[in-house]
Amino acid sequence: MSEAFVLSPEFNPAGTATGVRPLASAGRGERGVIVKVTGHSGAAEAVVAEELERRLLEMGFVEGASIEVLHEGLFGRDPIAVRVDDTRVALRRREAGAISVKFDGR
Amino acid sequence: MTPDSGAAAPSVASPLADTARIALVGNPNSGKTALFNALTGSRQKVANYAGVTVERKEGVLTAPSGRQIRVLDLPGTYSLRARSPDEAVTRDAVLGKLAGEDAPQALVCVADATNLRLVLRLALELKQVGRPFVLALNMFDIAQRQGLRIDVERLSTEIGAPIVTTVATRKRGLPELLDKVEALVDRQTLTADNAWHEPSPAEIRAAHAEAQRIFKACVKPPERPDTVTGKIDGVLLHPVAGLVILLGLLFVMFQAVFTWATPAMDGIDAGFAALIELTNASLPKGLLTSFIADGLIAGVGSVLVFLPQILILFFFILLLEDSGYMARAAFLMDKIMGGAGLHGRAFIPLLSSFACAIPGIMSTRVIDNRQDRLTTILVAPLMTCSARIPVYTLIIGAFIPQQTVWGVLSLQGLVMFGLYASGIISALLVSFVIRRIFWRGAVEPFMMELPTYRWPEPRNVLMNLWTRARIFMSRAGRIILPLMVLVWVLSTFPYPPEGATGPAIDYSIAGRIGQFLAPLMAPIGFNWQMTVALIPGMAAREVAVAVLGTVYAVGGEDGETGALSTLLKNQWSLASALSFLAWYVFAPQCLPTLGVVKRETNSWVWPTIMFVYMVSLAYIAAFITYHVAVALGAG
Repeated sequence: MSEAFVLSPEFNPAGTATGVRPLASAGRGERGVIVKVTGHSGAAEAVVAEELERRLLEMGFVEGASIEVLHEGLFGRDPIAVRVDDTRVALRRREAGAISVKFDGR
Repeated sequence: MTPDSGAAAPSVASPLADTARIALVGNPNSGKTALFNALTGSRQKVANYAGVTVERKEGVLTAPSGRQIRVLDLPGTYSLRARSPDEAVTRDAVLGKLAGEDAPQALVCVADATNLRLVLRLALELKQVGRPFVLALNMFDIAQRQGLRIDVERLSTEIGAPIVTTVATRKRGLPELLDKVEALVDRQTLTADNAWHEPSPAEIRAAHAEAQRIFKACVKPPERPDTVTGKIDGVLLHPVAGLVILLGLLFVMFQAVFTWATPAMDGIDAGFAALIELTNASLPKGLLTSFIADGLIAGVGSVLVFLPQILILFFFILLLEDSGYMARAAFLMDKIMGGAGLHGRAFIPLLSSFACAIPGIMSTRVIDNRQDRLTTILVAPLMTCSARIPVYTLIIGAFIPQQTVWGVLSLQGLVMFGLYASGIISALLVSFVIRRIFWRGAVEPFMMELPTYRWPEPRNVLMNLWTRARIFMSRAGRIILPLMVLVWVLSTFPYPPEGATGPAIDYSIAGRIGQFLAPLMAPIGFNWQMTVALIPGMAAREVAVAVLGTVYAVGGEDGETGALSTLLKNQWSLASALSFLAWYVFAPQCLPTLGVVKRETNSWVWPTIMFVYMVSLAYIAAFITYHVAVALGAG
């Protein structure tokens, strides 16, 4: 993954756990389970961290939800469309940086 | 088609004066508006909420019991926590705190039966508010077709609210819904005190877990889940094919807006021209007649003439919205728009602005973030609106030879395309400058649900189209008419002196302003006639064509474009003509747009900024165009 994201330390709280990466780094077709949602996307957001966290939660990005990357945009493979449980949601990779996912089979 | 038609009224327990108030709440794409249309039919009223620019949609229906019920359609939301002015209205209305509104006696929480997960959390929030509500499981036919099994009784117990299954588009379940609503209204009590507050992330997690538990307990997953949406998305969201299809769609839309609308627009134009002539012929010549004909009738005509285009444009937008494609378009465009500092949702407003910046600016309400919204408003008038077309056509027809370039392309068409392209490119550049220099850094999150694809319901599309058209007519009319009258006054008074030879407008205030400004416009190659034409052209861009006709005293009432075009060719240099075109790409030649910006932003600051930056750009662009053209020998 050659993403131009500066990952801050808050980013990957699951740390050493295997197969856990930010959703921001996922490619098309990857599946997994959300292990942590924070408000820290690693980029400058117009909203405070807690607000971003709440918005993500309200769209169904909660710990334990299954996730699959369905589509990617053309430029910089951004934004991405994901299936969260049974809802389809589009979001940018920068906000996806606030979501840590344990991906299958990696 | 109102629900009261032929309704038997078995009970007259409630007096006629007893009107109940209810409100519809729900996630976006839950079929809330379809339910609202099904309930209230044509008995709808669209206005604004007091003090804010959020649309207020209310309708009236008569329940089978004979009771009148006023239904408020609240903006769609995922949570009572407000992120945009629209959602703030929903929250305040639900809490009964909306200024100038009576609290609804009961709520209807509208849910897409096939997509319950997120709405259950919203329902739990409503429960905290303590205002009685009914949960309407809408699109229940689709849920049944998918073999989705919902334990309605259990769900009702868990949520603590009565449940009705509905199919809004087929009017199924509506009597039952009204029954339950009336029962709640009759009870007249809040189920609990308002315990709602802005939830913390931890509370949202807890509520979500609870919603998830209820969902698992009451809903068996569908036996035949929808796979069509996934398959369609495979094509429509394909990184390359998706963009190509989107561009194709936009091309078809444009063709439709500009070709289908032409006969209707010509008809309206001819109708108003005939009406003006009739007025002039039947009323005694004088001030009043001139006011009625050139001020009022011409004013109404200049608004109405855009209605066909706007209807066609809204028709396409509604189809794209109702089918679920619009969210995909925003997805595909987000990166491109984002590169210029615009939000993906700015796509629709900017698209609408090709017909007219006014509906474009009004539709920026869908953008949550204030800075994103203001940026979109500021650049919307740079998109080439259809009022510029008559001016472009006149000048191009007069000055650009009918040649073909590279064998296939017409030079005139190429120049037209260039004018459109410079509008789009400058809009992107201006927003880039605004977002990278003035409002740097912070970027609003982009997150939106991609709804399941559905066939748009014709009746629903037509009803919404009618609503849109009405809003445009009343708002635009209220702003444009007074301005037209103002411009008429400026170009009529004072009268020319006895025995004057030149056209009357030369002696009017507008003429004097034009002549006064002429030295200022000389560096960009404008003669004083061109400058005078700009002043009445402020009312609506295309008026400049008619004024040029008057100033050069050709055509009179008919304003024959052919004659005018030949005349201009003899009077203007090519450099001046090109400079005039460049001016028109950028200039804020439209007072109604500035009026709408004032209304939408509630301040004179933004229209002022818009005016100043657009005039500066126009002057610079025209200056460069003129001098480059002169240097190349077109002077």
